Amino acid sequence: MVVFFLVLAAVASAAPVDFKRDIEPVFKRNCYGCHGAALQQNGLRLDRAADGLRGSYSGPVIVPGKAAESKLIQMVSSGKMPQTPRKLTSDQIELLKRWIDEGAIRPQSVTETRVSSNHWSFQPIRRPAVPAVKLRARSPIDAFVLARLEKENIRPSPQADRRTLLRRVTLDLTGLPPTPTELADFLADSRPDAYERVVDRLLNSPHYGEKWARHWLDQARYADSDGYEKDSERPWAWRWRHWVIHALNADMPFDQFTIEQLAGDLLGNPSTENLAATGFLRNSLANREGGVNTEQFRVEQVIDRTSTLGAVWMGLTVGCAQCHDHKYDPISQREYYGLFAFFNSLVNLDQPAPLPGEQGTWMREWPVYETEREAVLTKYGMHAMIGEWEKAMREASSQPFNNARPQFAWKNLGNISTGLQEVVQLDRGRRPRNLHDQLLDYFVDRGASDLFLKDRLQAAKFDEFRKAFREAQKKAPAVTLAQTIHENWIPRKTHILLRGDFRNPGVEVEHGAPAVLPPLPAGGPPSRLTLARWLVSREHPLTARVAVNRAWQELFGRGLVRTSEDFGKKGEAPSHPELLDWLAAEFMEPKGARPWSMKALHRLVVTSATYRQSSKSRPELAERDPDNTLLARQARLRLPAELIRDSALAASGLLNPTIGGRGIRPPQPKGVAELAYAGSVKWNESQGPDRYRRGLYIHFQRTTPYPQLMNFDAPDSVLACSRRQRSYTPLQALNLLNDVVFFEAAQALGIRLVREAPSGFRDRAIHGYRLALCRDPQEKELETLARHFEREVEVLRAHPREAHSLAPDILDGADRLEIGGWVMISRVLLNLDEFLHRE
Amino acid sequence: MDWPQFRAVHSRRRFFEKFTGGIWTAALAHLLHSEGRAAEESLLPRKPHFAPKAKNVIFMFMEGGPSQLDLFDPKPQLRKYEGKPLPDSLSKAYGSKLAFAQPNSAVLPSPRVFNRWGQCGTEMSDWLPNIASRADDICLIRSMHTDAFNHHPGQLLLFSGSTQFGRPSLGAWAAYGLGSESQNLPGFAVLVSGRGTSGGVTNWTNGFLPSTYHGTVFRSSGDPILYLSNPGELSGKTQRVTLDALKELNEQHMADSGDLAIASRISSYELAFRMQAHAPDLLDFSRESPATLESYGLNREVSRPYGTNCLLARRMVERGVRFVLLADASWDDHSDLNEKLKKNCDRTDQPIGAMIGDLKQRGLLDSTLLVWCGEFGRTSMVEHRGETVPAPDKLGRDHHPYAYSLWVAGGGIQGGQVVGKTDDFCFYPTEDPVHIHDLQATILHCLGFDHTRLTYRHLGRDFRLTDIGGNVVKKLLA
Repeated sequence: MVVFFLVLAAVASAAPVDFKRDIEPVFKRNCYGCHGAALQQNGLRLDRAADGLRGSYSGPVIVPGKAAESKLIQMVSSGKMPQTPRKLTSDQIELLKRWIDEGAIRPQSVTETRVSSNHWSFQPIRRPAVPAVKLRARSPIDAFVLARLEKENIRPSPQADRRTLLRRVTLDLTGLPPTPTELADFLADSRPDAYERVVDRLLNSPHYGEKWARHWLDQARYADSDGYEKDSERPWAWRWRHWVIHALNADMPFDQFTIEQLAGDLLGNPSTENLAATGFLRNSLANREGGVNTEQFRVEQVIDRTSTLGAVWMGLTVGCAQCHDHKYDPISQREYYGLFAFFNSLVNLDQPAPLPGEQGTWMREWPVYETEREAVLTKYGMHAMIGEWEKAMREASSQPFNNARPQFAWKNLGNISTGLQEVVQLDRGRRPRNLHDQLLDYFVDRGASDLFLKDRLQAAKFDEFRKAFREAQKKAPAVTLAQTIHENWIPRKTHILLRGDFRNPGVEVEHGAPAVLPPLPAGGPPSRLTLARWLVSREHPLTARVAVNRAWQELFGRGLVRTSEDFGKKGEAPSHPELLDWLAAEFMEPKGARPWSMKALHRLVVTSATYRQSSKSRPELAERDPDNTLLARQARLRLPAELIRDSALAASGLLNPTIGGRGIRPPQPKGVAELAYAGSVKWNESQGPDRYRRGLYIHFQRTTPYPQLMNFDAPDSVLACSRRQRSYTPLQALNLLNDVVFFEAAQALGIRLVREAPSGFRDRAIHGYRLALCRDPQEKELETLARHFEREVEVLRAHPREAHSLAPDILDGADRLEIGGWVMISRVLLNLDEFLHRE
Repeated sequence: MDWPQFRAVHSRRRFFEKFTGGIWTAALAHLLHSEGRAAEESLLPRKPHFAPKAKNVIFMFMEGGPSQLDLFDPKPQLRKYEGKPLPDSLSKAYGSKLAFAQPNSAVLPSPRVFNRWGQCGTEMSDWLPNIASRADDICLIRSMHTDAFNHHPGQLLLFSGSTQFGRPSLGAWAAYGLGSESQNLPGFAVLVSGRGTSGGVTNWTNGFLPSTYHGTVFRSSGDPILYLSNPGELSGKTQRVTLDALKELNEQHMADSGDLAIASRISSYELAFRMQAHAPDLLDFSRESPATLESYGLNREVSRPYGTNCLLARRMVERGVRFVLLADASWDDHSDLNEKLKKNCDRTDQPIGAMIGDLKQRGLLDSTLLVWCGEFGRTSMVEHRGETVPAPDKLGRDHHPYAYSLWVAGGGIQGGQVVGKTDDFCFYPTEDPVHIHDLQATILHCLGFDHTRLTYRHLGRDFRLTDIGGNVVKKLLA
């Protein structure tokens, strides 16, 4: 009643509007619920003067002195706001108008404070004291785990037997099963540090980089094709994978590993390897479908890179804030676009990145080629035409799209090439040589015929020129390229995209980090390099926690934080928060080891007693700790897709252990590649030793991935994946039983058993068990094998054709039936649940 | 324990009864104990939110954007505008949302003849006589609209409810929600014809749902399911010896390690063996009458591939496969529309007409939901790119997302009706607009689900097929 009276009084008397008296009650009652301290829908906060004037993501809503132009007035007058059924009265609207017309004067609110959160993962990483425990702890890890177990009055499990332990740690560190020799050596080594010696040998194995690269490739959504409809091959994507494997083998510290991949191009005088590292960012999908809006899918790439950064380094679902403020975590849409800004001015470029051995030839032969090419260009007087084309492209770049010929040529340049739309805008003198070369190639292949009419091309003898140009091109030395990232020469401004829509830009935003996290390092304008350094600064509460948790997850099957992809409020809390923090602190500031060393981290974990425990189920804990959260034992884990392949190839002796390099295409059934758009994907089966390379080298075609990978839960390489599923399906059984890859492995293993263990059933069975399972069979297992071996030999005796199919090759001193029997046994071994698991 | 749960446990118990020994009792106890998790992961049948009208779905996806103007939505008025541009207000509405064509391109009336079909008198094109003859079973929607105007994003939205990657597809949601009635076949089958779709596997992905719900592609040549047949000349006997040895050794190891999850591995091998036996039977058409084969168009080269898939779809539904996706490409007629669209109709119309009749005759139509659709429609103007105007016999249409047609039939659907209208240019719906999310909500409704409650927790929040939209379209329902 009083308010009502006052309102009336103010309207009637035309005295100046008083914010406290006339406006704030209206705001409080109708607006602050959604635009106040608790919630800032669409970025608008009305309870503080400065924020109120700053407006929403679409821009200011209050224009002091101009009520008619103020969005706030438009929204309340039209009834769009407030969204509750109770609308403002015309008197209230009149007051608001007057208040704005009079200058929207209101008292300054208290100074803006930093966003704070009491959520565990945003707190600084301390180094908790190692607790004292009753049982003997091998390492601080054990002390933290035992402290918890002792509190629950649960005893840890005994150490796994040596064979299990060797197989476990060898698979975990290198992704390959131990050989019978390695097994014999370990069993014979009675030194107290025999296990630690094995660990060091494995950490120094070149296969270590392969094993751990795969987990990183999952997070980086690595693939060998663009994705989307066209899904074109990316012939040089592997160069980045090659970089990852070697970086891990060299134990590149995780901070450097981070910086090079996010900002290698911004390092002073970047090396070829620094540039190759930026291939991480190039794993974004690219839509080359005809008729797409180029800007839309450029923005999609920026969004993908921003969300990937959040997922991979910070374990945050920042992608949620692409369309609206994050519903659970303290990340506003404005802050999302602050991160987005770091990736908004990038150019995708494919650049020469010669591998050792290529460099000399390339340096020697390239100038020869260039001279010859120049002669061709001069002979046909092409320089003027090229200049004209470049000019047309530059002009088209600044015009809205229409169907004129230059516009189409420009659109194709963006859609078909990689980065050349940016390159063409750069003065020729400033263009790196190889980029100019690429532009030239494009002009000859496509650019000229897109722009110029037929008559013009004929007059210039273009066909003849093209032939001569291509002839000269043959002299260009072959060189490996890398997919790289560069900062655009013309930086783009970043705007909030309202509801995440690229056609709907809101207010401009600067580069920035979410306020809940430490501030970006001061000094100079922020760049990707600043961002990368910020991520791996000692103060950052997430990066180290996320990284050590994922390492833990790979070594125990689940992270200390089970939701390794989400450290936000909706993720799960850590089971052992102090252990997590201690590991993160130790990772960053170790005592006596290199900071951020991944090998040191892995060594620390696998040498702990916690890791070495038996994985045998403990029925007495089935009720109390069904998911083994308390770590009273190790876990039995089904191997990832690639390791199942690798193990089968290794056991059978077929494995080709070449490290790094180009991908492979193992045999796959006809009709799989053909599922891709318009049957455009060709699967040229690898021949010779390439057939038998490890699983991480299998060409990954996003729209029609290799079936064995998908059957065994490999990620689809579209979004960052930090945690794979482990399923049990009949399709897996069919895959392992009947796929020619696994059948070949069984045949090779069968022959191997007969050849390497010539003295009879028992020896051969033992050899098979050692190769496949790293242990000797028990008597009852031998009995089972013998019984089915006999059954199989009887089957084959009656069916010679089948015997021939099972055992096409025979050896001296062994008949086909016998080899056939061993192939069948090998097939059993390679399908055993135990073979598919590390225990 | 409700009935499906009881049946699930009961069938599993029967499975275990075949084996003796203490370890199996323990494994059974374990599986029963963890019923919640095990049920979620498995394909055993599950109960929806309310009594469903449809138990199965056959989803005919005509990839590329079939032209509604030439098939389902007659616009004789367009002849008045032939050769003239669209009214300004409409051509401006395209903004940047045309893939190739110029917004001011000339209006292109359809040369098709639209007759009234069935008791209901629904108008459909002369190129779909067999589908049209089933008009009384069909509910034609002329007021569909979508948000995407490129193929892959459009297909993502149609199948997963979002243009972002990573969400589960419709078939995966159905298999997740309902499980499978078949003990020998996967619950979500995919049959592909034509040249391969833009969306590829994203049209049948499990997204973030467990891998069990990924669509299984049945192939028309080679193995019907990947790796279904034994390698080389291996006989079923050898396969059985192998599986027997495997089972014994796996059981021994289950006892040693105490890991009861090994039971899942063993049962997955047994299901694989049953699939090896039953999937070929699925493809064995020798028991089908010659009249049936002919009705599906298997005797004509042009309709044989699609006819085979339609017949397979019926046979799958009979065997309890929950969701059959028929993915056909491509209906993306930017040019040569009259020739290409005719060919697509010739390939598919007869088989689809026969399938509807066959399902009905077998009493399966009432429990099987049929959907026929593309990812968007086509423009009422001719498409031409650059400066060249195509020859009169080469004309085509560009993508149009704001209004298009599709039809549904069978379980839960009121046939013999048309829902929705569009303006003279088939540009916008003028009555009963139906968004993709509405269609999805309605499909789930027919399967017995409240689309807002069929959710899966991922990255800390509950996701659903219809994202944040979707209303069940009551007019479609019987």
